[in-house]
Amino acid sequence: MQIMTAQKSSKLAAASLKRRTAQSNLKRDKYLYLLALPGILFFLVFKYVPMWGVLIAFQDYSPYDGLLGSQWVGFTHFIAFFSSEQFPILFRNTLMISLYNLVFFFPMPILLALLLNEGRNVLFKKVIQSIVYLPHFLSWVIIAGISYLLLSQTSGIVNQVLVSFGMHKIDFLTNSHLFWWLLTGQSMWKDAGWGTIIFLASIAGVDPALYEAAKMDGAGRMRQAWHVTLPAIRSVIVILLILRLGQVLEVGFEQIYLMMNGAVSQVADVFDTYVYRNGIQNGQFSFSTAVGLFKSIVGLLLVIIANRIAKQFGEEGVY
Amino acid sequence: MKESIGDRSIAVAIVVILIAIGLLTFFPLYYVFVVSFTDPTEYLQKQGFILFPLKWSLASYRYLLSTSTFLNATSVSAFLAIVGTPLSLIITSGLAYSLSRTRFWGRRVLLILILITMLFNPGFIPPYLLVRDLGLINNIWSLIIPVLTSGWYVILMRSFFDSIPAELEEAAMIDGCNDIGIFFRIMLPLSLPALAAFGLFYAVAYWNTFFSAVLYINNPQQWPLQLLLQNMLIDSSTSGDAGMTSDVQIPSQTLKMAAVVIATVPILCVYPFLQKHFAKGVMLGSVKG
Repeated sequence: MQIMTAQKSSKLAAASLKRRTAQSNLKRDKYLYLLALPGILFFLVFKYVPMWGVLIAFQDYSPYDGLLGSQWVGFTHFIAFFSSEQFPILFRNTLMISLYNLVFFFPMPILLALLLNEGRNVLFKKVIQSIVYLPHFLSWVIIAGISYLLLSQTSGIVNQVLVSFGMHKIDFLTNSHLFWWLLTGQSMWKDAGWGTIIFLASIAGVDPALYEAAKMDGAGRMRQAWHVTLPAIRSVIVILLILRLGQVLEVGFEQIYLMMNGAVSQVADVFDTYVYRNGIQNGQFSFSTAVGLFKSIVGLLLVIIANRIAKQFGEEGVY
Repeated sequence: MKESIGDRSIAVAIVVILIAIGLLTFFPLYYVFVVSFTDPTEYLQKQGFILFPLKWSLASYRYLLSTSTFLNATSVSAFLAIVGTPLSLIITSGLAYSLSRTRFWGRRVLLILILITMLFNPGFIPPYLLVRDLGLINNIWSLIIPVLTSGWYVILMRSFFDSIPAELEEAAMIDGCNDIGIFFRIMLPLSLPALAAFGLFYAVAYWNTFFSAVLYINNPQQWPLQLLLQNMLIDSSTSGDAGMTSDVQIPSQTLKMAAVVIATVPILCVYPFLQKHFAKGVMLGSVKG
C-alpha cells in the first residue's frame, strides 16, 4: 500500500515535472512557436476544417443551416451514388486512364534516362535535357491550348500536313476512341523528361568500376545498360511503381477538365469532373462530397497498402 | 579501348532517337512561337503552313496588349506570383525551421498532423465551402491564402534545415540572439539555394494558377491569365471563333498563339535558374531526416 502511494506520488511528481518542463519549454522557445504559428494556423484552417467539412457527406447540407444545423441522412448519398448508372462509367474511365498512364507513360522516363545516360557528348545531353524538362513547367491550360492549336480539325497544322500527304483528317480532339491516347500523349510530352531526373540521379551514383569490370568481361553497351545500369535503378523503379499504384484513382483533373467536350464525355468523365459538375455547378454539396469522400478513402487505403508493400521490398516508403 | 561495330551503331541510334525526342518536344513550342510572330496576311495565305515566316510582324502582340482584358489578367497572375511567393516562403520556412529543432515541444505530433493532410484529401467541395464561408469568393486572396503552403514543401524544407549544424545556432544564442533573429540572420541566409528552388516552384505555381480561379473567381474582370487563356483557346475552338476575335485583320489563330507565348515567356525567363536548382529540389525529398 505504501509502495503503491509512493509510486503514485512519484508518478504525479514526474507528471507535474513534465508539465513544468513543457511550460518552461514553451516559454523558452516562444519565438520558435511564433515562427511556426502562421503555418500551424494555415494547416488548422485550410487542411483540418475541410476534414470536418467532409461530414456534410452524411447530411442534407444547406448553406443556411450550416454544418451544425443540417439534417443527418446517414449513407443515403453513398447508396445513391453506387446505384447510379454513372458510377460504373466513372470507375471504368478512371481506371482505364490510370492504366494507360501506367503502361505507356510510366516506362518512358526510365527509357529516356537510359538513353540520356548513354549519350557521350555532355553538351548534346545538356541541350536535350533542357528541352525535355521544359514542358513540365507549363500549365495544363497552355498544353491543352497548344493541343487545340496543333490538332484541331479545321486549322490544326497536323491535319493540314495529313491532308497534304493525301490522307484523311483525324478528329483527335473529338474522337472518343482516341481520347485516352490523347491524354497519355500529353502527359508524355509534359512529364516524361522531368521524370528522368530521379533515375539519372541514381544512375549517377553507380560505381564506374562496375562498368570497367563489365567491359573487361566483354560486355557491350547494351549489356552494360542491362546488367549494370538497370539493376542500379531497380529499387527506384519499384518504389515509384508501387507509389503510382497507390495513386490509381488520381487522374489529372485539370487536364481532363480542359480536354473534355461533349463528343468524348462518355470516356472522359471521372470522379473529379463528376464532383465538380454536381457540386460546384449544380450545388449538390452533400452528394458530391460523398463522391469525393469515397474516392479519398479508397485512395487512402491504396496508399497505405502501397506503402506496406514498399516496406516489404525493403524500401523506405513515403512515411 | 576500341569500340565494336555493334556498339558504334547503337551509339548512333541513341543519338538519332534522342534528337527525334528533342524535336518532338520542341516543335510544338517552336511552331506556336513562330506563328505568333507571322504577318497576318502571310498566315492567311499559307493557311498556317509556316515553318519560318517570310515577314515578321508584331501585329498580334500589339492587338493583344492593347486589350484591357488581357492586360488585366496578366497583372492578376503577376500579382499572385509576386505577392504569393514571398508569403509562401516565409510561412513554409518558418514552420519547417521550427519543426527541424529537436527542442520544439510537440513537434512529433505536428509532423504527424501534417503527414495526415498529405495522405487524406477531403476533395474540393469542403475547401470550396470554407472559402465561401470566409467570404473570399471573387477576392484575389482566395487564390493565395488557401494554397500558401503544403505538407510536402514543409517536410522537404525541414529536411533541408536538419542539415544545418546546431552549433551555429547555439553560438548565436550565446551571443544573445533570439530564435527569430537566428532564423532571419543565420538560417535563411544559409538556405538561400533552397529558398531559391522553392521560391521558383511557388512562383511558377502561382503564375499557373488556374483551377482555384475556376472555383473562386466568377468575375471575368478578376480572372488570372490562365483562365482567360482557357476561354480564348479552348472554349472558342469548339464553338466557332467566338471569344476574342478582333475586328481588325488579325486571324484569331495568331492571336491565340501570341497569348500562349506571353503566358510562357515568364516561365522561360526563370527556367535557366529553375534548371540549376530544381534537381536539388526534387532530390531533397529522397534524403530523409
